[in-house]
Amino acid sequence: MSGYQTGIIVLLALNTIAAYGVYLPMSAGQLNLGIAGFMAIGAYAAAYLTNACGWPPSAAIGAGGATAAILAFAVAMPMLRTQGIYLSLATFALGQVISAIFLNLDIVGGAAGYPVATHIEASVVVSAATLVVSLVWLMSTTRLTVYFAAVKNDPLVADLLGLNVKALGVAALTVGAGIAGVGGALYAHYFNYIEAQYFGVMLSTYTVLYVLLGGTQSVWGPLVGAAIFTLVPEALRSSSQWRYAIFALFIIVFMALRPQGLLTRGLSRQRTQARAQSGSTNS
Amino acid sequence: MSELILKAESLSACYGRVEALSDVSLQVARGEIVTVVGANGAGKSTLLQSILGAVSPKAGKLTFAGQDITRWPIYRRIEEGLVLVPEGRRILVSMTIEENLLLGAHMRRDKIAVRREIGGIYDRFPNLAQRRNHNASCLSGGEQQMLALGRALLAKPQLLMMDEPSLGLSPLFVQRLFELIQAYNREGLSILLIEQNTANALRIAHRATVLELGRVALEGDAASVAGSTGLQEAYLGGTSREVMEVDHKRKSVGRRS
Repeated sequence: MSGYQTGIIVLLALNTIAAYGVYLPMSAGQLNLGIAGFMAIGAYAAAYLTNACGWPPSAAIGAGGATAAILAFAVAMPMLRTQGIYLSLATFALGQVISAIFLNLDIVGGAAGYPVATHIEASVVVSAATLVVSLVWLMSTTRLTVYFAAVKNDPLVADLLGLNVKALGVAALTVGAGIAGVGGALYAHYFNYIEAQYFGVMLSTYTVLYVLLGGTQSVWGPLVGAAIFTLVPEALRSSSQWRYAIFALFIIVFMALRPQGLLTRGLSRQRTQARAQSGSTNS
Repeated sequence: MSELILKAESLSACYGRVEALSDVSLQVARGEIVTVVGANGAGKSTLLQSILGAVSPKAGKLTFAGQDITRWPIYRRIEEGLVLVPEGRRILVSMTIEENLLLGAHMRRDKIAVRREIGGIYDRFPNLAQRRNHNASCLSGGEQQMLALGRALLAKPQLLMMDEPSLGLSPLFVQRLFELIQAYNREGLSILLIEQNTANALRIAHRATVLELGRVALEGDAASVAGSTGLQEAYLGGTSREVMEVDHKRKSVGRRS
Protein backbone atom coordinates (compact mmCIF):
# COMPACT_ATOMS: atom_id res chain seq x y z
CA MET A 1 0.00 0.00 0.00
CA SER A 2 1.42 3.37 -0.96
CA GLY A 3 2.04 6.05 1.63
CA TYR A 4 -0.66 8.15 0.02
CA GLN A 5 -3.28 5.42 0.39
CA THR A 6 -2.24 4.80 3.99
CA GLY A 7 -2.59 8.51 4.68
CA ILE A 8 -6.13 8.52 3.31
CA ILE A 9 -7.13 5.53 5.39
CA VAL A 10 -5.75 7.15 8.54
CA LEU A 11 -7.62 10.34 7.71
CA LEU A 12 -10.78 8.33 7.22
CA ALA A 13 -10.26 6.57 10.56
CA LEU A 14 -9.67 9.87 12.39
CA ASN A 15 -12.68 11.53 10.74
CA THR A 16 -14.84 8.54 11.63
CA ILE A 17 -13.82 8.73 15.30
CA ALA A 18 -14.56 12.47 15.40
CA ALA A 19 -17.91 11.86 13.68
CA TYR A 20 -18.97 9.45 16.43
CA GLY A 21 -17.92 12.04 18.99
CA VAL A 22 -20.54 14.33 17.41
CA TYR A 23 -23.07 11.57 16.79
CA LEU A 24 -23.53 10.48 20.41
CA PRO A 25 -24.58 13.86 21.79
CA MET A 26 -26.64 14.46 18.64
CA SER A 27 -28.59 11.25 19.24
CA ALA A 28 -29.61 12.83 22.55
CA GLY A 29 -30.59 16.10 20.87
CA GLN A 30 -27.39 18.12 21.36
CA LEU A 31 -25.69 19.73 18.37
CA ASN A 32 -22.08 19.93 19.53
CA LEU A 33 -20.22 22.59 17.52
CA GLY A 34 -17.14 22.47 19.72
CA ILE A 35 -15.95 18.95 19.06
CA ALA A 36 -12.55 20.23 17.84
CA GLY A 37 -11.98 21.68 21.30
CA PHE A 38 -12.38 18.24 22.89
CA MET A 39 -10.09 16.77 20.23
CA ALA A 40 -7.50 19.43 21.09
CA ILE A 41 -7.66 18.50 24.78
CA GLY A 42 -7.14 14.82 23.96
CA ALA A 43 -4.30 15.66 21.57
CA TYR A 44 -2.41 18.02 23.87
CA ALA A 45 -2.95 15.96 27.03
CA ALA A 46 -1.73 12.74 25.38
CA ALA A 47 1.19 14.49 23.65
CA TYR A 48 2.30 16.05 26.92
CA LEU A 49 2.14 12.68 28.66
CA THR A 50 4.33 10.92 26.06
CA ASN A 51 6.71 13.87 25.60
CA ALA A 52 7.20 15.10 29.14
CA CYS A 53 6.18 12.16 31.33
CA GLY A 54 7.41 9.30 29.17
CA TRP A 55 4.07 7.46 29.11
CA PRO A 56 3.60 4.71 26.51
CA PRO A 57 1.37 5.98 23.68
CA SER A 58 -1.54 3.59 24.35
CA ALA A 59 -1.89 4.76 27.96
CA ALA A 60 -1.43 8.39 26.94
CA ILE A 61 -4.10 8.14 24.24
CA GLY A 62 -6.53 6.62 26.73
CA ALA A 63 -5.69 9.34 29.22
CA GLY A 64 -6.22 11.97 26.51
CA GLY A 65 -9.75 10.67 25.94
CA ALA A 66 -10.37 10.59 29.67
CA THR A 67 -9.17 14.18 30.09
CA ALA A 68 -11.57 15.40 27.40
CA ALA A 69 -14.39 13.43 28.99
CA ILE A 70 -13.64 14.83 32.45
CA LEU A 71 -13.68 18.38 31.15
CA ALA A 72 -16.97 17.73 29.32
CA PHE A 73 -18.43 16.26 32.49
CA ALA A 74 -17.34 19.32 34.46
CA VAL A 75 -18.94 21.81 32.07
CA ALA A 76 -21.98 19.65 31.18
CA MET A 77 -24.22 20.74 34.03
CA PRO A 78 -24.04 24.49 33.38
CA MET A 79 -24.03 23.99 29.60
CA LEU A 80 -27.07 21.73 29.58
CA ARG A 81 -29.10 24.43 31.27
CA THR A 82 -29.33 25.79 27.74
CA GLN A 83 -31.12 23.96 24.97
CA GLY A 84 -31.22 23.76 21.20
CA ILE A 85 -29.40 26.50 19.34
CA TYR A 86 -28.18 28.08 22.58
CA LEU A 87 -26.53 24.83 23.61
CA SER A 88 -24.86 24.71 20.19
CA LEU A 89 -23.59 28.25 20.72
CA ALA A 90 -22.27 27.28 24.14
CA THR A 91 -20.37 24.29 22.72
CA PHE A 92 -19.08 26.47 19.89
CA ALA A 93 -17.80 29.05 22.36
CA LEU A 94 -16.21 26.35 24.52
CA GLY A 95 -14.37 24.96 21.48
CA GLN A 96 -13.04 28.41 20.64
CA VAL A 97 -11.94 29.04 24.22
CA ILE A 98 -10.08 25.72 24.40
CA SER A 99 -8.33 26.39 21.10
CA ALA A 100 -7.35 29.89 22.28
CA ILE A 101 -5.97 28.54 25.56
CA PHE A 102 -3.68 26.06 23.78
CA LEU A 103 -2.61 28.81 21.38
CA ASN A 104 -1.30 30.75 24.37
CA LEU A 105 -0.04 27.88 26.49
CA ASP A 106 3.75 28.02 26.21
CA ILE A 107 4.32 24.73 28.00
CA VAL A 108 2.94 22.96 24.88
CA GLY A 109 4.56 25.25 22.33
CA GLY A 110 1.97 28.00 22.10
CA ALA A 111 1.48 29.41 18.61
CA ALA A 112 4.59 27.63 17.31
CA GLY A 113 2.88 24.27 17.63
CA TYR A 114 3.89 21.21 19.60
CA PRO A 115 6.05 18.43 18.12
CA VAL A 116 5.19 14.94 19.37
CA ALA A 117 8.14 12.58 19.69
CA THR A 118 6.39 9.22 19.87
CA HIS A 119 5.00 7.84 16.63
CA ILE A 120 2.18 5.32 16.24
CA GLU A 121 1.57 3.21 13.15
CA ALA A 122 -1.42 3.60 10.86
CA SER A 123 -2.65 0.20 11.99
CA VAL A 124 -3.06 1.52 15.54
CA VAL A 125 -5.25 4.39 14.33
CA VAL A 126 -7.36 2.06 12.21
CA SER A 127 -7.73 -0.44 15.06
CA ALA A 128 -8.79 2.34 17.43
CA ALA A 129 -11.38 3.56 14.92
CA THR A 130 -12.72 0.02 14.55
CA LEU A 131 -12.93 -0.24 18.31
CA VAL A 132 -14.83 3.05 18.59
CA VAL A 133 -17.31 2.04 15.87
CA SER A 134 -17.81 -1.35 17.54
CA LEU A 135 -18.38 0.20 20.95
CA VAL A 136 -20.91 2.72 19.63
CA TRP A 137 -22.63 -0.07 17.71
CA LEU A 138 -22.77 -2.20 20.87
CA MET A 139 -24.26 0.76 22.70
CA SER A 140 -26.87 1.13 19.96
CA THR A 141 -28.16 -2.37 20.69
CA THR A 142 -28.95 -1.44 24.29
CA ARG A 143 -31.90 0.48 25.65
CA LEU A 144 -29.70 3.52 26.08
CA THR A 145 -30.32 4.46 22.44
CA VAL A 146 -34.05 4.48 23.03
CA TYR A 147 -33.59 6.72 26.07
CA PHE A 148 -31.39 9.13 24.13
CA ALA A 149 -33.98 9.23 21.35
CA ALA A 150 -36.73 9.91 23.89
CA VAL A 151 -34.74 12.79 25.39
CA LYS A 152 -34.11 14.15 21.89
CA ASN A 153 -37.70 13.88 20.69
CA ASP A 154 -39.59 15.02 23.76
CA PRO A 155 -37.61 15.89 26.91
CA LEU A 156 -40.81 16.65 28.78
CA VAL A 157 -42.37 13.25 28.23
CA ALA A 158 -39.02 11.59 28.95
CA ASP A 159 -39.17 13.34 32.31
CA LEU A 160 -42.78 12.24 32.91
CA LEU A 161 -41.77 8.64 32.12
CA GLY A 162 -39.20 8.89 34.88
CA LEU A 163 -36.06 9.07 32.72
CA ASN A 164 -33.27 11.10 34.24
CA VAL A 165 -33.10 13.63 31.41
CA LYS A 166 -30.21 15.58 32.89
CA ALA A 167 -28.03 12.52 33.56
CA LEU A 168 -28.65 11.17 30.06
CA GLY A 169 -27.68 14.53 28.55
CA VAL A 170 -24.49 14.69 30.62
CA ALA A 171 -23.63 11.09 29.65
CA ALA A 172 -24.10 11.77 25.93
CA LEU A 173 -21.94 14.90 26.01
CA THR A 174 -19.24 13.26 28.15
CA VAL A 175 -18.91 10.04 26.15
CA GLY A 176 -18.91 12.02 22.89
CA ALA A 177 -16.12 14.25 24.21
CA GLY A 178 -14.15 11.19 25.35
CA ILE A 179 -14.33 9.69 21.85
CA ALA A 180 -13.26 13.00 20.32
CA GLY A 181 -10.38 13.18 22.80
CA VAL A 182 -9.14 9.75 21.73
CA GLY A 183 -9.38 10.91 18.11
CA GLY A 184 -7.28 13.99 18.87
CA ALA A 185 -4.68 11.92 20.75
CA LEU A 186 -4.35 9.51 17.82
CA TYR A 187 -3.98 12.44 15.42
CA ALA A 188 -1.17 13.89 17.56
CA HIS A 189 0.82 10.66 17.63
CA TYR A 190 0.35 9.74 14.00
CA PHE A 191 1.28 13.13 12.51
CA ASN A 192 3.76 13.91 15.35
CA TYR A 193 2.90 17.58 15.31
CA ILE A 194 -0.09 19.55 16.57
CA GLU A 195 -1.02 23.19 16.49
CA ALA A 196 -3.96 24.90 18.13
CA GLN A 197 -5.19 26.47 14.88
CA TYR A 198 -5.95 23.02 13.43
CA PHE A 199 -8.57 22.38 16.12
CA GLY A 200 -10.75 25.27 14.97
CA VAL A 201 -14.21 25.99 13.64
CA MET A 202 -13.64 24.25 10.32
CA LEU A 203 -12.81 20.92 11.94
CA SER A 204 -15.90 21.08 14.14
CA THR A 205 -18.10 22.10 11.22
CA TYR A 206 -16.83 19.37 8.91
CA THR A 207 -17.33 16.75 11.59
CA VAL A 208 -20.93 17.85 12.11
CA LEU A 209 -21.42 17.68 8.33
CA TYR A 210 -20.23 14.05 8.22
CA VAL A 211 -22.91 13.13 10.70
CA LEU A 212 -25.68 15.18 9.07
CA LEU A 213 -24.88 13.83 5.62
CA GLY A 214 -24.61 10.24 6.77
CA GLY A 215 -27.75 10.52 8.85
CA THR A 216 -28.33 10.75 12.59
CA GLN A 217 -30.94 8.02 12.77
CA SER A 218 -28.70 5.06 12.09
CA VAL A 219 -25.55 4.11 13.95
CA TRP A 220 -23.80 3.62 10.57
CA GLY A 221 -24.67 7.14 9.38
CA PRO A 222 -21.53 8.86 10.72
CA LEU A 223 -19.30 6.16 9.20
CA VAL A 224 -20.87 6.55 5.76
CA GLY A 225 -20.82 10.36 6.02
CA ALA A 226 -17.16 10.43 7.05
CA ALA A 227 -16.28 8.04 4.24
CA ILE A 228 -18.01 10.16 1.58
CA PHE A 229 -16.52 13.41 2.86
CA THR A 230 -13.03 11.93 3.08
CA LEU A 231 -12.88 9.85 -0.07
CA VAL A 232 -14.79 11.94 -2.64
CA PRO A 233 -12.67 15.11 -2.25
CA GLU A 234 -9.54 12.92 -2.46
CA ALA A 235 -10.80 11.33 -5.66
CA LEU A 236 -11.43 14.81 -7.05
CA ARG A 237 -8.06 16.17 -5.96
CA SER A 238 -6.30 15.48 -9.24
CA SER A 239 -9.15 16.78 -11.38
CA SER A 240 -10.14 20.33 -12.23
CA GLN A 241 -11.11 22.73 -9.46
CA TRP A 242 -14.66 22.83 -10.81
CA ARG A 243 -15.29 19.36 -9.51
CA TYR A 244 -15.10 20.74 -5.95
CA ALA A 245 -17.82 23.21 -6.76
CA ILE A 246 -19.89 20.36 -8.15
CA PHE A 247 -19.29 18.35 -4.97
CA ALA A 248 -20.43 21.32 -2.86
CA LEU A 249 -23.51 21.70 -5.05
CA PHE A 250 -24.21 18.00 -4.67
CA ILE A 251 -24.14 18.37 -0.88
CA ILE A 252 -26.55 21.32 -0.97
CA VAL A 253 -28.98 19.50 -3.24
CA PHE A 254 -28.63 16.30 -1.24
CA MET A 255 -29.40 17.97 2.06
CA ALA A 256 -32.35 19.78 0.50
CA LEU A 257 -33.80 16.54 -0.87
CA ARG A 258 -32.87 14.31 2.04
CA PRO A 259 -32.51 16.37 5.22
CA GLN A 260 -32.62 13.21 7.34
CA GLY A 261 -29.29 12.08 5.84
CA LEU A 262 -28.31 9.14 3.72
CA LEU A 263 -29.11 6.30 6.11
CA THR A 264 -32.42 6.30 7.95
CA ARG A 265 -34.06 3.92 10.35
CA GLY A 266 -36.76 3.22 7.80
CA LEU A 267 -34.12 2.14 5.31
CA SER A 268 -32.36 -0.25 7.68
CA ARG A 269 -35.71 -1.60 8.82
CA GLN A 270 -36.79 -2.31 5.24
CA ARG A 271 -33.57 -4.21 4.69
CA THR A 272 -34.01 -6.23 7.85
CA GLN A 273 -37.56 -7.07 6.84
CA ALA A 274 -36.52 -7.97 3.31
CA ARG A 275 -33.85 -10.26 4.74
CA ALA A 276 -36.35 -11.82 7.12
CA GLN A 277 -38.79 -12.41 4.27
CA SER A 278 -36.23 -13.94 1.94
CA GLY A 279 -35.06 -16.05 4.88
CA SER A 280 -38.55 -17.38 5.48
CA THR A 281 -39.12 -18.20 1.80
CA ASN A 282 -35.82 -20.05 1.65
CA SER A 283 -36.56 -22.22 4.64
CA MET B 1 -63.31 1.65 52.97
CA SER B 2 -60.52 -0.65 51.87
CA GLU B 3 -56.84 0.26 52.08
CA LEU B 4 -55.83 3.59 50.59
CA ILE B 5 -53.39 3.58 47.68
CA LEU B 6 -53.10 7.36 47.42
CA LYS B 7 -53.76 10.06 49.94
CA ALA B 8 -53.17 13.71 49.09
CA GLU B 9 -53.60 16.09 51.98
CA SER B 10 -54.02 19.84 51.59
CA LEU B 11 -51.99 20.19 48.39
CA SER B 12 -51.24 23.70 47.20
CA ALA B 13 -49.32 24.59 44.07
CA CYS B 14 -48.48 27.84 42.29
CA TYR B 15 -47.38 29.04 38.88
CA GLY B 16 -45.44 32.14 39.78
CA ARG B 17 -47.81 34.08 42.02
CA VAL B 18 -50.95 32.48 40.66
CA GLU B 19 -52.28 29.77 42.89
CA ALA B 20 -53.36 26.82 40.74
CA LEU B 21 -54.23 24.47 43.61
CA SER B 22 -55.17 25.45 47.08
CA ASP B 23 -55.74 23.03 49.92
CA VAL B 24 -56.83 20.11 47.76
CA SER B 25 -57.25 16.74 49.46
CA LEU B 26 -57.98 13.53 47.61
CA GLN B 27 -58.01 9.84 48.35
CA VAL B 28 -57.99 6.76 46.17
CA ALA B 29 -58.64 3.34 47.67
CA ARG B 30 -57.17 0.20 46.13
CA GLY B 31 -59.29 -1.04 43.24
CA GLU B 32 -61.17 2.23 42.87
CA ILE B 33 -61.75 4.53 39.93
CA VAL B 34 -61.72 8.10 41.15
CA THR B 35 -62.38 10.92 38.71
CA VAL B 36 -61.51 14.58 39.03
CA VAL B 37 -63.68 16.84 36.92
CA GLY B 38 -63.94 20.57 36.54
CA ALA B 39 -63.84 23.38 34.03
CA ASN B 40 -60.75 24.48 32.12
CA GLY B 41 -58.21 26.02 34.45
CA ALA B 42 -59.69 24.37 37.54
CA GLY B 43 -56.29 22.84 38.36
CA LYS B 44 -56.93 19.23 37.31
CA SER B 45 -53.70 18.77 35.37
CA THR B 46 -51.72 20.60 38.03
CA LEU B 47 -53.11 18.17 40.58
CA LEU B 48 -51.86 15.15 38.61
CA GLN B 49 -48.50 16.78 37.92
CA SER B 50 -48.13 17.48 41.63
CA ILE B 51 -48.96 13.90 42.54
CA LEU B 52 -46.39 12.61 39.99
CA GLY B 53 -43.80 15.13 41.15
CA ALA B 54 -43.42 17.09 37.91
CA VAL B 55 -44.76 20.15 39.73
CA SER B 56 -43.52 20.61 43.26
CA PRO B 57 -46.36 21.56 45.56
CA LYS B 58 -45.95 24.54 47.85
CA ALA B 59 -47.61 22.77 50.71
CA GLY B 60 -49.31 19.50 51.52
CA LYS B 61 -48.49 15.86 51.97
CA LEU B 62 -48.63 12.86 49.63
CA THR B 63 -48.87 9.28 50.82
CA PHE B 64 -48.67 6.45 48.30
CA ALA B 65 -49.07 2.79 49.30
CA GLY B 66 -48.36 3.72 52.89
CA GLN B 67 -45.18 5.72 52.20
CA ASP B 68 -44.66 9.45 52.41
CA ILE B 69 -43.63 10.37 48.85
CA THR B 70 -43.93 14.16 49.16
CA ARG B 71 -40.21 14.72 48.53
CA TRP B 72 -39.57 11.81 46.16
CA PRO B 73 -38.28 12.41 42.63
CA ILE B 74 -40.49 11.35 39.72
CA TYR B 75 -38.60 8.16 38.89
CA ARG B 76 -38.96 6.77 42.40
CA ARG B 77 -42.70 7.36 42.34
CA ILE B 78 -42.93 5.56 39.00
CA GLU B 79 -40.80 2.69 40.33
CA GLU B 80 -43.25 2.39 43.17
CA GLY B 81 -46.14 2.13 40.69
CA LEU B 82 -47.49 5.68 40.40
CA VAL B 83 -47.76 6.15 36.64
CA LEU B 84 -49.19 8.91 34.44
CA VAL B 85 -50.67 8.80 30.94
CA PRO B 86 -49.96 12.43 30.03
CA GLU B 87 -52.40 14.85 28.44
CA GLY B 88 -52.31 14.72 24.65
CA ARG B 89 -50.81 11.19 24.81
CA ARG B 90 -47.25 12.41 24.08
CA ILE B 91 -46.30 9.42 21.98
CA LEU B 92 -42.81 9.67 20.45
CA VAL B 93 -43.86 9.68 16.82
CA SER B 94 -40.41 9.26 15.31
CA MET B 95 -39.82 6.08 17.29
CA THR B 96 -41.37 2.70 16.63
CA ILE B 97 -44.40 1.40 18.46
CA GLU B 98 -42.28 -1.24 20.14
CA GLU B 99 -39.70 1.31 21.28
CA ASN B 100 -42.48 3.44 22.73
CA LEU B 101 -43.68 0.45 24.72
CA LEU B 102 -40.15 -0.43 25.88
CA LEU B 103 -39.75 3.13 27.07
CA GLY B 104 -42.59 2.57 29.51
CA ALA B 105 -40.73 -0.41 30.99
CA HIS B 106 -37.39 1.33 31.29
CA MET B 107 -37.14 0.93 35.05
CA ARG B 108 -37.73 -2.79 35.04
CA ARG B 109 -35.04 -5.44 35.14
CA ASP B 110 -37.37 -8.42 34.61
CA LYS B 111 -36.96 -8.42 30.85
CA ILE B 112 -38.72 -11.72 30.27
CA ALA B 113 -41.84 -10.52 32.05
CA VAL B 114 -41.69 -7.25 30.07
CA ARG B 115 -41.57 -9.25 26.81
CA ARG B 116 -44.56 -11.28 27.90
CA GLU B 117 -46.54 -8.19 28.88
CA ILE B 118 -45.74 -6.51 25.56
CA GLY B 119 -47.15 -9.65 23.96
CA GLY B 120 -50.26 -9.24 26.10
CA ILE B 121 -50.67 -5.65 24.96
CA TYR B 122 -50.30 -6.71 21.33
CA ASP B 123 -53.00 -9.36 21.89
CA ARG B 124 -55.29 -6.70 23.26
CA PHE B 125 -54.47 -4.15 20.54
CA PRO B 126 -53.84 -6.03 17.27
CA ASN B 127 -53.52 -2.69 15.44
CA LEU B 128 -50.34 -2.04 17.40
CA ALA B 129 -49.00 -5.56 16.85
CA GLN B 130 -49.24 -5.32 13.07
CA ARG B 131 -47.16 -2.16 12.97
CA ARG B 132 -44.85 -2.77 15.90
CA ASN B 133 -41.76 -1.87 13.87
CA HIS B 134 -43.27 1.18 12.22
CA ASN B 135 -42.96 4.71 13.50
CA ALA B 136 -45.75 5.64 15.88
CA SER B 137 -46.61 8.53 13.52
CA CYS B 138 -48.60 6.02 11.44
CA LEU B 139 -51.15 5.59 14.24
CA SER B 140 -54.50 7.35 14.48
CA GLY B 141 -55.29 9.43 17.55
CA GLY B 142 -57.19 6.56 19.11
CA GLU B 143 -54.44 4.07 18.44
CA GLN B 144 -51.93 6.50 19.91
CA GLN B 145 -54.02 6.63 23.06
CA MET B 146 -53.93 2.83 23.22
CA LEU B 147 -50.15 2.98 22.81
CA ALA B 148 -49.87 5.60 25.56
CA LEU B 149 -51.98 3.36 27.78
CA GLY B 150 -49.85 0.32 26.94
CA ARG B 151 -46.66 2.27 27.62
CA ALA B 152 -47.98 3.28 31.05
CA LEU B 153 -49.13 -0.27 31.87
CA LEU B 154 -45.63 -1.59 31.18
CA ALA B 155 -44.37 0.47 34.10
CA LYS B 156 -46.44 -1.88 36.32
CA PRO B 157 -48.70 0.75 37.84
CA GLN B 158 -50.44 0.27 41.15
CA LEU B 159 -52.25 3.53 40.47
CA LEU B 160 -52.73 4.70 36.90
CA MET B 161 -53.33 8.41 36.46
CA MET B 162 -54.87 9.50 33.17
CA ASP B 163 -54.96 13.14 32.08
CA GLU B 164 -57.84 13.75 29.67
CA PRO B 165 -57.47 10.47 27.79
CA SER B 166 -60.58 11.07 25.65
CA LEU B 167 -59.31 14.41 24.33
CA GLY B 168 -59.61 14.57 20.54
CA LEU B 169 -60.86 11.01 20.09
CA SER B 170 -63.81 9.94 17.96
CA PRO B 171 -66.96 8.97 19.93
CA LEU B 172 -66.39 5.33 19.01
CA PHE B 173 -62.88 5.36 20.46
CA VAL B 174 -64.03 7.24 23.55
CA GLN B 175 -66.52 4.44 24.14
CA ARG B 176 -63.80 1.80 23.68
CA LEU B 177 -61.40 3.71 25.93
CA PHE B 178 -63.82 3.90 28.81
CA GLU B 179 -64.59 0.19 28.45
CA LEU B 180 -60.86 -0.49 28.60
CA ILE B 181 -60.42 1.60 31.71
CA GLN B 182 -63.20 -0.37 33.36
CA ALA B 183 -61.70 -3.65 32.21
CA TYR B 184 -58.28 -2.86 33.68
CA ASN B 185 -59.95 -1.66 36.86
CA ARG B 186 -61.80 -4.97 37.19
CA GLU B 187 -58.41 -6.67 36.94
CA GLY B 188 -57.44 -4.76 40.07
CA LEU B 189 -55.84 -1.56 38.79
CA SER B 190 -56.63 1.61 40.75
CA ILE B 191 -57.31 4.59 38.51
CA LEU B 192 -57.29 8.34 38.95
CA LEU B 193 -58.98 9.83 35.92
CA ILE B 194 -59.15 13.45 34.87
CA GLU B 195 -61.77 14.23 32.28
CA GLN B 196 -63.55 16.98 30.46
CA ASN B 197 -65.97 14.31 29.31
CA THR B 198 -67.77 14.54 32.64
CA ALA B 199 -70.75 12.34 31.86
CA ASN B 200 -68.67 9.35 30.81
CA ALA B 201 -66.16 9.79 33.61
CA LEU B 202 -68.87 9.92 36.27
CA ARG B 203 -70.56 6.89 34.73
CA ILE B 204 -67.53 4.61 35.22
CA ALA B 205 -66.05 6.14 38.38
CA HIS B 206 -66.75 5.03 41.92
CA ARG B 207 -66.06 8.37 43.46
CA ALA B 208 -65.61 11.88 42.11
CA THR B 209 -64.08 15.18 43.08
CA VAL B 210 -65.12 18.43 41.44
CA LEU B 211 -62.46 21.11 41.26
CA GLU B 212 -63.31 24.77 40.86
CA LEU B 213 -60.58 27.41 40.60
CA GLY B 214 -58.08 25.16 42.33
CA ARG B 215 -60.32 24.19 45.22
CA VAL B 216 -62.43 21.15 45.92
CA ALA B 217 -66.00 22.27 45.24
CA LEU B 218 -67.67 18.92 45.73
CA GLU B 219 -66.78 15.32 46.40
CA GLY B 220 -68.53 12.05 47.00
CA ASP B 221 -69.94 9.00 45.23
CA ALA B 222 -69.83 9.44 41.48
CA ALA B 223 -73.57 8.89 41.23
CA SER B 224 -74.43 11.51 43.82
CA VAL B 225 -71.99 14.01 42.30
CA ALA B 226 -73.53 13.39 38.89
CA GLY B 227 -76.98 14.10 40.26
CA SER B 228 -76.09 17.16 42.30
CA THR B 229 -76.60 20.76 41.28
CA GLY B 230 -73.15 21.54 42.69
CA LEU B 231 -71.54 20.03 39.58
CA GLN B 232 -73.21 22.51 37.28
CA GLU B 233 -72.37 25.34 39.62
CA ALA B 234 -68.71 24.35 39.59
CA TYR B 235 -68.69 24.61 35.81
CA LEU B 236 -70.86 27.70 35.48
CA GLY B 237 -70.62 29.31 38.86
CA GLY B 238 -67.69 31.31 40.19
CA THR B 239 -68.14 34.13 37.72
CA SER B 240 -66.90 32.99 34.36
CA ARG B 241 -64.94 36.21 34.20
CA GLU B 242 -62.89 35.11 37.20
CA VAL B 243 -62.13 31.80 35.50
CA MET B 244 -60.92 33.53 32.39
CA GLU B 245 -58.65 35.81 34.35
CA VAL B 246 -56.95 32.96 36.14
CA ASP B 247 -56.60 31.09 32.87
CA HIS B 248 -55.06 34.14 31.26
CA LYS B 249 -52.58 34.64 34.06
CA ARG B 250 -51.54 31.02 33.98
CA LYS B 251 -50.83 31.22 30.28
CA SER B 252 -48.77 34.34 30.65
CA VAL B 253 -46.66 32.68 33.33
CA GLY B 254 -46.20 29.75 30.98
CA ARG B 255 -47.85 26.42 31.59
CA ARG B 256 -45.52 23.68 32.66
CA SER B 257 -47.87 20.81 31.98
